[in-house]
Amino acid sequence: MTVLLHQLSNLDTLTSAVMGGVGVQLQPIAGEVPVIQVCIEGRDELPIFVTCSDTQLICLCYLWTDEDVRADRRAELHEALLDLNPSVPLSSFGRVGQRYVLTGALARSARAEDVAHEVAVLSDNALDALDALADYLR
Amino acid sequence: MTVIKKLVTLLRGSARELGQSVVDNNATRIYEQEIVDAKASIAEAKTELTAVMAKEMQTARDIERIKGEIRRHEDMALQALDKTEEGLALKVAERVAALEGEMQAQTQAHAGFAVQVGRLKDLIRSAEARVREHEREVSIAKTTESVYRATQSISDSIGSTGSRLTSARESLDRIKKRHEDLADRMAAAEELDQEFGHKALENELAAAGIGDSDKSRAEAVMARLRARRAAGTGDGGAPAA
Repeated sequence: MTVLLHQLSNLDTLTSAVMGGVGVQLQPIAGEVPVIQVCIEGRDELPIFVTCSDTQLICLCYLWTDEDVRADRRAELHEALLDLNPSVPLSSFGRVGQRYVLTGALARSARAEDVAHEVAVLSDNALDALDALADYLR
Repeated sequence: MTVIKKLVTLLRGSARELGQSVVDNNATRIYEQEIVDAKASIAEAKTELTAVMAKEMQTARDIERIKGEIRRHEDMALQALDKTEEGLALKVAERVAALEGEMQAQTQAHAGFAVQVGRLKDLIRSAEARVREHEREVSIAKTTESVYRATQSISDSIGSTGSRLTSARESLDRIKKRHEDLADRMAAAEELDQEFGHKALENELAAAGIGDSDKSRAEAVMARLRARRAAGTGDGGAPAA
């Protein structure tokens, strides 16, 4: 955790700068793997989480859960996500357990500036996707 | 080529329950060890390859040298025959025969080295493919593990702070509402500024023809033009300062 936190110590300032000066807060999450929560002012419900493996830095934004999906439009939603995936720059749709996510991956050694850019794009894309796909949700 | 297939099977099964290890850690460790071993054998094979290639080149040079020697001795044998020095010619012919034996040995050695070079290159190629494949497997396995464990930590963290994830629609509505509120506030501030702020005073002053405004500037331009017309210099002289 300390390594990741050290690497991304100024991620809040950098993300804020990318997003035109909005407030950004970092919060480490306790657990078996390093996770940093990035909260963006005005988008508190859609935080971005940054975690890492040996080879990658992974940014995650949890969009909705299985429960949120309208059962009658589930297949349609999945098709829409597959169709959208190649078009959404830097981010991919996916699912972890019951949660639908938007993810972006960078090299483990990525600069904090690049992570900040990824976080900003992921947040914009997540909000955009949630808005665009809300019809498929309860 | 099997890791994604394995994942598909795992993710369809019970392993999708969070907290359960998605990937077999033991298998990952074995792959990691194999990567280390394969990399070591690649390094070893490359060193060996260098040595064998050097020997291959050396034997090639030797073969050329022996060929030259044979030709030189054959010429000498012919000269001896021309001078009917049969005994001398025979001695030289024996030397040629010995050189031919030597060349045959070197040619065989050269072919042997060439085969070895090919074998080592194949070995390196296949070991490198194995390293790449294992690295991909380990990377996918570890990334999967990280993502699932991170999600577990995040779920635990949300659970422990008492706040729960609101429904996606609620979240969206709140964010949108906040965004609209901000837009409304900015519009209201603009309106207030128009009514009471310094802009209002400026607007009033401008309306009364006081201060710098398009209207006052236009008047100044008109005055200048009239002055020029009155002076009768309509031919584009320097404008009045």
